Amino acid sequence: MSSRFVVFLIPVVVIAIFWVMAKTEKKLAHDPTHKSFFERNGTVLGVSFILLVAFWALFLVVLPYLYMVVESFHPKLPPAKRGGPEDVLTIAQYKSFFINPVDDKLNTTHIWAFAFTILTSVLVTALNFAICYPLAYYMAQAGTAQKVRLIMLGLIVPYWVNEILRAFSLRLLLASKGLINQALMGMGFTEKPLDFLAMDVGLYVGLSYAYLLVMVFPLYNAIESLDKNQIEAARDLGAPWWKIHRDVVIPYAKPGIASGCTMVFMLAAGSLAAPQFLGGPSTLWFTSIVYDFFFQAFNWPRGAAYAFILLAACIAFVMLMLRLFKVSLGETIK
Amino acid sequence: MSSKLVMKGMIGFYIALFFLYLFGPLMVMGVTAFNTPNYPTAIPFEGFTLDWFVKLWNHRAMMDGLKNSIIIGFGVVAVSVPVGLAAAIIMGQIYHRARGLFYLVTVSPVLTPGVIIGISTVIFWKDMMGLTDFTKATFYKGVILAILGQSSFIAAYALLIIMARLQRFDRAQEEAALDLGASHPQVFWHILLPFLKPALISAAVIAFLSSFENYNTTTFAILADKTLVTVLAGEVRQGTTPALSALAVIIIGLSLLGAIIYEVVKRREESQAERAKERAKLAERSEAAQAASA
Repeated sequence: MSSRFVVFLIPVVVIAIFWVMAKTEKKLAHDPTHKSFFERNGTVLGVSFILLVAFWALFLVVLPYLYMVVESFHPKLPPAKRGGPEDVLTIAQYKSFFINPVDDKLNTTHIWAFAFTILTSVLVTALNFAICYPLAYYMAQAGTAQKVRLIMLGLIVPYWVNEILRAFSLRLLLASKGLINQALMGMGFTEKPLDFLAMDVGLYVGLSYAYLLVMVFPLYNAIESLDKNQIEAARDLGAPWWKIHRDVVIPYAKPGIASGCTMVFMLAAGSLAAPQFLGGPSTLWFTSIVYDFFFQAFNWPRGAAYAFILLAACIAFVMLMLRLFKVSLGETIK
Repeated sequence: MSSKLVMKGMIGFYIALFFLYLFGPLMVMGVTAFNTPNYPTAIPFEGFTLDWFVKLWNHRAMMDGLKNSIIIGFGVVAVSVPVGLAAAIIMGQIYHRARGLFYLVTVSPVLTPGVIIGISTVIFWKDMMGLTDFTKATFYKGVILAILGQSSFIAAYALLIIMARLQRFDRAQEEAALDLGASHPQVFWHILLPFLKPALISAAVIAFLSSFENYNTTTFAILADKTLVTVLAGEVRQGTTPALSALAVIIIGLSLLGAIIYEVVKRREESQAERAKERAKLAERSEAAQAASA
């Protein structure tokens, strides 16, 4: 047990460092008008604010994450043996991602599932950007206020239906007995129904469909604040429409594009519903593997290790993209 | 001129296509809810029936799940709105160099995959609550873990919503109240909270809705309990029944109703605001006239 409780020290140390820094800064820059936090909010309120936020930041965010990471460096043990002599730190769970512990060979299944998850998420992100950009541009620059309001409503209403039911509705369309196959067969394009789910078409469509809104709104917000005169000026100077977008609109909307793409990518890579309900029988999605470790193999440490691999890879990927497009993280989350 | 017309036609066509993509699947699902066959199909339409709605009503697990979903939803609102408010206030006052870290910590759950939030919540709280038999028996429950897990990222939504409004707060109002002898709690309750009320309400609504439809985090955190969404997931995995379509029809109906009510309220508010403005203008004018005559 004790190795796990080390995680409690980390936030305490960080908070202490910042507290000391605040104190020294205050001493250096002596400002008589400055009021302390408790003077500004009153003692009772000040204390309750700090307690609320401390509970959230420590017990709901930081400690569970750190605890999960620590757990992933432990062996799988029955509850009675936890904290016993066998409960040592190990990297076996991470090793098992690369080398299968059963036959000591390269764990191609899981590595491929991982690569497939990342690649598909990138593809879906690009697809959603292509689908949503024209609409966001129309809403932000070309449409009248009334039309925009109507489109907004039209965008939001379908998203009140939850993820599972939306996946279900797509399955009704794409299943072998579904509407699209009925139509294709009725028009004589195919004799036998096409198995869209096994071809992963269901997965792509499901992911794209689930996160359309997440792409539209950041794009819309970013393009909306662009001064119309800039577009007019470019047009008057003879720029063709694609050049206006390439050189005026897209550079301006970069933070919004980064934000939308980051959100869609993270959500797609971490999604569970679409692969579970729209993936084919042989589709191996990374979060589904994690799910199975928890609910079928009851191997929590290995599940935690895989979850951490996914999180680390996603963060690294997003950071890389932000660096490439020269956007800061602060601009992304708004 | 004709090229402009072509452009306009293309835009219209594109928007129509977009909304067909958005609504098409839902409409097909809607039709299957009223069709008689056991397997949900829209074509051929064999006969109109409302049986699937009755089946839905009699579905025990789903109704139990619904109850849990509502309890969790209110729990999440009760946790995440006060936390979001407190965090927004601290964000505005925090020592400059710490703000970056604070922001990173509080907003990171928004970007973390829900699956990971669910897993970390379960692993952490299982050991925390397992420390004593009493806490394990009273608190280690799916409903409570779901509230904790969902609140971790929904509080961040609340923070972002409340922070946006707090940035427009005029600190002079607070100073004035303090100069006139109000205490800090009085300023908070009588000036800051009323100013933030719209943001608090929308944070509460968003919190409830996000909690209600959450799957990724809940499916781990809920343990042996069930919410409406996890029951649905089980049903979809086992096979398909038009009862699910019936549920979707109800949800769409309710949200359309909500959207209409929202629109009506918004319009009424707008017209009221306009009338108030006009009245103020008239009053100003008559005052000016009086001053001039005096």
